[in-house]
Amino acid sequence: MSGTMTIFRRELRSYFSTPVAYVFIVIFLLLSGAFTFYLGNFYERGQADLQAFFTFHPWLYLFLVPAVSMRLWAEERKTGTIELLLTLPITMWQAVFGKFLAAWAFIAIALALTFPIWLTVNYLGSPDNGVIFASYLGSLLMAGAFLAIGSCLSASTRNQVVAFILTVVICFLLLLAGYPLVLDAIRAIAGQGVADAISGLSFLTHFASISKGVIDLRDLVYFVLMIGVWLYATAVVIDMKKAA
Amino acid sequence: MIETRQLTKRYGDFTAVDAISFKVEPGQVLGFLGPNGAGKSTTMKMVAGFLAPTSGGATVAGFDIERQPLEAKRVLGYLPEGAPSYGEMTVREFIEFIADVRGLSGERRFQRIDDSVARLHLERVLEQPIDTLSKGFKRRVGLAGAILHDPKVLILDEPTDGLDPNQKQEVRTLINSMARDKTIIISTHLLEEVHAVCTRAIIIAGGRVLADATPSELEARSRYHQAVSLTANDLQQAKEALAKVADIAAIEIDPQDNRITAFPKPGRSIFVAVGDALKAQNVAVRELELEAGRLDEVFRTITQGAAGKEART
Repeated sequence: MSGTMTIFRRELRSYFSTPVAYVFIVIFLLLSGAFTFYLGNFYERGQADLQAFFTFHPWLYLFLVPAVSMRLWAEERKTGTIELLLTLPITMWQAVFGKFLAAWAFIAIALALTFPIWLTVNYLGSPDNGVIFASYLGSLLMAGAFLAIGSCLSASTRNQVVAFILTVVICFLLLLAGYPLVLDAIRAIAGQGVADAISGLSFLTHFASISKGVIDLRDLVYFVLMIGVWLYATAVVIDMKKAA
Repeated sequence: MIETRQLTKRYGDFTAVDAISFKVEPGQVLGFLGPNGAGKSTTMKMVAGFLAPTSGGATVAGFDIERQPLEAKRVLGYLPEGAPSYGEMTVREFIEFIADVRGLSGERRFQRIDDSVARLHLERVLEQPIDTLSKGFKRRVGLAGAILHDPKVLILDEPTDGLDPNQKQEVRTLINSMARDKTIIISTHLLEEVHAVCTRAIIIAGGRVLADATPSELEARSRYHQAVSLTANDLQQAKEALAKVADIAAIEIDPQDNRITAFPKPGRSIFVAVGDALKAQNVAVRELELEAGRLDEVFRTITQGAAGKEART
């Protein structure tokens, strides 16, 4: 466990020793604000909740999370530090998990910095803070799943741009799979069963149900499994490159 | 101790390392020599546990690198090719990170960090980000990381590459000072380095071991071994004098500086005879040298001979 924490601390600190972290946080806050107020019509809705804020998180993450995850392994491979990292006395799993946790904690920090909007909505009315808490949890879990996918794709290339694009594409497909437009089309063509199966794979479906304030075990399991499977795939990819 | 058994690495059809077996004991400094792309780094990466061998295996201090990787990595200090390190960290942060991963704590942690920093003269740059350092300093930071936990086994891939002559000398002194109780492998293309630090040299080309001997044994394979070189004021006179020495097999004259080299017949020693002949003919000599053998020539003969054979088959 201490190996994981050592990697975690080094990684998290390295985010903040370059401008990347600050640029990311500022853009994240600006975009989430802009989406909420302009696209989400936060005031016009006249409701004391954060629906308008959370609705856009999947789309915000679609581009911002791959920007964080692309460097996870591709950069180590490019600069050669991966050779240093993997010859230190830590297990592959500690390295993969430590790096993932650091990136996730970093996004958690960015997400936590959106607290003014929570203060605002509490000042303007009396929202259901339970629902807001659940939505934050769902949002964080979804970010974790995006990250785990990005981690795996970053491990498979030494080119960060390739890692970024692949991650965006795969996450986009996983988002689309839950979009009513797409689901309706699938339902019309292939029937209800297939549509349900596909929507069951989507980030959007599970995030939507958590952000209604219902923390269903199935949704939690979905995200945890998603993270676990993709991190496992990360370790497999790195092992394969080692033997290649 | 390091031992490899039939260590092999293939990339598709290309065999980078072809069934290399060797054993290095504590107190030995093994030099890996070979042209670029000979398989030196690949061999080191496999022993360090970064690459998995296609077949064969390696043990570090008795631990199999594939079956007991953590135990092996704990006793091993490894400097990868190019000495990579995390550029955004300061030297202190980087060294403390390695100390954390290596599980150093308490008094020993302080001691080891101080010792490594002092040995590589990093005191002045401790608070600087590694990215801002010169190539020589970066290499020394990597070395400090590799020796931080006072490992029993050290694998250093081109430890002096990119250093200036003074720094090279310092690193060689460092390696010599650690050699007594450690098992060390270094790779290098600098033949003078083999003399300066290695107790044994392995020449690799095309993924195969072509020679495994002490530096002086390698020199003995040179055409120049036991040859006598001299520079005379009067070239013609010197040639005539040398013609009278019976054991000389051949004479070569360097067209650039007219330095004469006399090669002995196999197994004969000509140094004394040459000296006597020159004196007898009253040849004025500016310098006279008994050659030990030239490593660069041995290196070329061995590695190009192998390449030639490969080209024919």
